[in-house]
Amino acid sequence: MERTYNNKAWFLVLPVLVLVAFSAIIPLMTVVNYSVQDTFGNNQFFWAGLDWFQDVLESNRFWNALGRNLIFSAIILAIEIPLGIYIALNMPKKGWGVPVCLVLMALPLLIPWNVVGTIWQVFGRVDIGLLGRTLAAAGIDYNYVQDPVDAWLTIIVMDVWHWTSLVVLLCYAGLVSIPDAYYQAARIDGASRWSVFRFIQLPKMGRVLLIAVLLRFMDSFMIYTEPFVVTGGGPGNETTFLSIDLVKMAIGQFDVGPAAAMSLVYFLIVLSLSWVFYTVMTNQGQEKGK
Amino acid sequence: MARIDLDHIRHSYLANPVNDEDFALKEVHHAFDDGGAYALLGPSGCGKTSLLNIISGLVQPSRGRILFDGADVTQLSTERRNIAQVFQFPVIYDTMTVYDNLAFPLRNRGVPEADISRRVNETLEIIGLAERAQKRARGLTADQKQKISLGRGLVRSDVNAILFDEPLTVIDPHMKWQLRSQLKELHKRFGYTMVYVTHDQTEALTFADTVVVMYEGEIVQIGTPAELFERPSHTFVGYFIGSPGMNVLPVTLDGAIARLGSHTIVLPGAATSEARARTELGIRPEYVRIGSEGLPMQVRAVEDIGRHKIVRGSIEGCELAAIVLEGNEIPADPHASFDPRGINIYANSWRQELRA
Repeated sequence: MERTYNNKAWFLVLPVLVLVAFSAIIPLMTVVNYSVQDTFGNNQFFWAGLDWFQDVLESNRFWNALGRNLIFSAIILAIEIPLGIYIALNMPKKGWGVPVCLVLMALPLLIPWNVVGTIWQVFGRVDIGLLGRTLAAAGIDYNYVQDPVDAWLTIIVMDVWHWTSLVVLLCYAGLVSIPDAYYQAARIDGASRWSVFRFIQLPKMGRVLLIAVLLRFMDSFMIYTEPFVVTGGGPGNETTFLSIDLVKMAIGQFDVGPAAAMSLVYFLIVLSLSWVFYTVMTNQGQEKGK
Repeated sequence: MARIDLDHIRHSYLANPVNDEDFALKEVHHAFDDGGAYALLGPSGCGKTSLLNIISGLVQPSRGRILFDGADVTQLSTERRNIAQVFQFPVIYDTMTVYDNLAFPLRNRGVPEADISRRVNETLEIIGLAERAQKRARGLTADQKQKISLGRGLVRSDVNAILFDEPLTVIDPHMKWQLRSQLKELHKRFGYTMVYVTHDQTEALTFADTVVVMYEGEIVQIGTPAELFERPSHTFVGYFIGSPGMNVLPVTLDGAIARLGSHTIVLPGAATSEARARTELGIRPEYVRIGSEGLPMQVRAVEDIGRHKIVRGSIEGCELAAIVLEGNEIPADPHASFDPRGINIYANSWRQELRA
């Protein structure tokens, strides 16, 4: 049978191309465009070359924010992943407890970011907040507005409260897909509780855990709304993460050029770190497969 | 190895079973001899897997006791019962090597590493995976994985029994034969007590010395493959074993004569049965002769399946299948007659002995 080639078929993907162009490519190119130009208003632009990139990479402000971001993501992953696994392991597998637990777990995920921020902002206030007042009454010196450590603790606890559920739900999905026969075989083999986790549950959760780590990393690395609502990046710049800094620069100071350059650097960092996570975790699986 | 006694075992998945219908296993009282190869055969949902899990201790029976070599093990945990079980889907520890998979049950029991090495290497030879010992178990084919499952049982030299729960379900057809004959070989060589659950009659009949047929939570017949074929003690066994299954015709009995509508069939002996029992005559298609004598038969279809033909039709409105050897013609006005050697009489579905 002779194949007929008809290049008109390319028109079939045109709607998608147009959509992607307007939603992703054109905005990204606008940013690229801004990043290499300078403007003094009046819609007049001058070629600036790579100056903005150089500025960004040489500024302490950027490296400090990046450092804070990396520490924040590391803490978030170190808490949420083990905690999520632990909760998922202890959730009931059948009976009326299952829907109850699932709904409870899903609740924090349904709350909009800025509402979460507002909840914790009010919750932690020393003058009217339940948490703030309680801690003060207990004699603990807690004030997230003035103390950097308290500010960090607040946003970490908030993020754990908001997002651990996601890890739990993903792990739970991985756990319930393990056939009973595995647990039965483990009983026959005389495996301990730890062995069951180490050799059955953890490997079977591997794929969803990869997704959980990736999602939580990207999300925490790009976090903006909640800390912005709670601390506004303060005290000082102690909780100013890259995204908060970026918005300050772009909208607060209207430094479009440097902000665009920073966005691109930020984007490349997220992309490359995600790629590193992905390859490291899948490679590990591959080696084990051989 | 051990002899396994099931002492009036009943099991229900309900909390408070009352009626017979509440029990998944109605009552099983049976002994598996030391070193025997048994098949538990029955349709899905007949309770055969429940029975297997009761033996291995994964399920606690609602009533009755289990004895291994006379010792009551009903309350013992699965681990302490020391049995091996191979499941329908291969269970392997993905992240371990083949060697570590086999060593796992021994390490859990605190066996010294030197003994583990010796036992594992022996077992790897037996299941034919010696050259893959250091490979990760994940990349293996289904039949190799199933061999690992089996190997984790064999590696413990003192297992009381090896239980199989439809172990060949996910194995390619051409590997099924090979694996099954290897299992038989193992049985001959080491004399393990083996119980093999299946719904496939071919598997059961080729694997086992003794086949236990289960139906709706009870054992309906225990026998050799030949006995199940020649003298099914329940009409279900007749249907279930053989292809096509046994013909079962509703008849009324009068001494050594059975009446089917207006026709009479002479029986090899007189049957006795309770006055109001539902009586049936069972005859396998292999024992139905098609010729010009006997009961007039309406032929509906003839299936040629190679060495013989299956003739499907009816007598007096009752379905009847017959097997006719290649080369035998079917007359234009066919009649069916029954070979007396193949006639069985059933009252309320249970076989009745005929008096000569």
